[in-house]
Amino acid sequence: MALFGRGSGSWLTSAAGRRLLPEGWLSGPMPWVIAIMMFLMVLAAAAGLALGFAARGLDNHMSSQITVQIVDANRERRDAAADRIIAAASALPGVTSVRRIEDQEIAALLRPWLGAGLAENDLPVPAMIDVAFEPGVTGGPAAAEAAIRAISPRARVDAHAQWLAPLAGLIASLRWLAGVLVLLMAAAAAFTVVLAARSALNTHQATIDVMHHLGSSDAQIARLFQRRIATDALFGGMVGLLLASLVIFAVGNRIARVGSDLIGSVDLPLTAWAILAALPLAGTLLAMVAARLTILLALRRRL
Amino acid sequence: MRPGAANIVQFENVGLRYGSGAETLSDLSFSLAAGAFYFLTGPSGAGKSSLLRLIYLAQRPSRGLIRMFGEDVVTLPRARMPGFRRRIGTVFQDFRLIPHLSAYENIALPLRVNGVAESDIDTPVREMLEWVGLSGRAYARPDTLSGGEQQRVAIARAVIGRPEILVADEPTGNVDPDMAGRLLYLFEALNKLGTTILVATHDLHLIPRVHHAQTITLDKGRLAGVQPAAPTGGR
Repeated sequence: MALFGRGSGSWLTSAAGRRLLPEGWLSGPMPWVIAIMMFLMVLAAAAGLALGFAARGLDNHMSSQITVQIVDANRERRDAAADRIIAAASALPGVTSVRRIEDQEIAALLRPWLGAGLAENDLPVPAMIDVAFEPGVTGGPAAAEAAIRAISPRARVDAHAQWLAPLAGLIASLRWLAGVLVLLMAAAAAFTVVLAARSALNTHQATIDVMHHLGSSDAQIARLFQRRIATDALFGGMVGLLLASLVIFAVGNRIARVGSDLIGSVDLPLTAWAILAALPLAGTLLAMVAARLTILLALRRRL
Repeated sequence: MRPGAANIVQFENVGLRYGSGAETLSDLSFSLAAGAFYFLTGPSGAGKSSLLRLIYLAQRPSRGLIRMFGEDVVTLPRARMPGFRRRIGTVFQDFRLIPHLSAYENIALPLRVNGVAESDIDTPVREMLEWVGLSGRAYARPDTLSGGEQQRVAIARAVIGRPEILVADEPTGNVDPDMAGRLLYLFEALNKLGTTILVATHDLHLIPRVHHAQTITLDKGRLAGVQPAAPTGGR
């Protein structure tokens, strides 16, 4: 008999079948334990997914952008080198854009440290050029750096991958941690179901014996319990999802208020919400399978 | 045993031992003919209930061969047990009614287990309730029924699936003589429909009431004798 099969066991899911196990719906602690675990699982999964999407954006950014600084106190030489580098970089394969950062932008960037009036004093500022590559192009930044150094040995090339690498490493570690937490929660939920199923088997020992003597198959008996446990698990899962969603919205609201581009990149797109919403369903399926296997294994020890 | 009739149950040198203790049943060899009526008697501790447990497949023997419905049930795989159990009706000494189900639901259970459609359950259950005289108590729970009424619900549950053999363990042990007679009448009626009946009892006064019954006697776990049915009109 299949997990969801009906056939000759369809009465087990009917009112008559439900009456065989007399406890009311949500009678034990299991739904609430599942709710707590699902709450934690959804939070961990949300963190993992948000970091995953952030890491993907970061990865595209890291592998596809360099900034060139031309440090030369002589403005004419600096501008000439910048023009040559822009021309050379534009001709490189895989380059999608080359942009010289305007002096006003640089002044604005330096204003917090050097104060206003940068243009009035003689302090030279480097020429800066952003070079962007097609995402996924390998070797583009290295080739560009070689070409730039050939034009101006004093040019400094900052590959964004270099300074974002530690952050990417941290994000990857946190994603793994989130994944491990989700798996641990799922395992804990499955063990809870196993304990609940064993307890239910003991409670309803007499009924099971009678059912066996009347010719019930193990699968028929297992379906009685797995239906009850699935209902409890689905309820607990939905409660956990609801509470976790409220927390996620609240944290998202806080993140939005921070106003940081870096922190703001940690976001949950619609796909991530769909995955989170599927977790209670996956948890219910897991509970059904765990309950069924537990009961079938326990019944197999009897004649 | 009825000559010429096919055997529904056949024991050959069967022994049963619980754990590492002495044998509860030893060297049992006998057969039950299809459609016959048997009493199983013997003093307390003779092994009557253990023998019945072997027949209603609650226990495998420690040794020997048991054939039921033409097949060896000693080595029968677990997966095939339900199919065999559905062919056996059992009336337990302690009734084993499911306490939270009504009399109606208890009686309907074998049909549901057997996959009978819900629309086809009500009529036979009502007929069975009427047959055992409990039409007015259909929705009563076992704990509100008297011992005799519970006994009749248990019998109705055992026979509603039209089993090929009915095994009853001390079915009259908890009822008055009048009720015992009525229950025997029910068994005889079922036997006339072709069901083999095996009734374990230590009440020897019960046996003469069923003229065509054969008697199997156990003593200390061994077969002490098989008494054939009394000649027609002899009692």
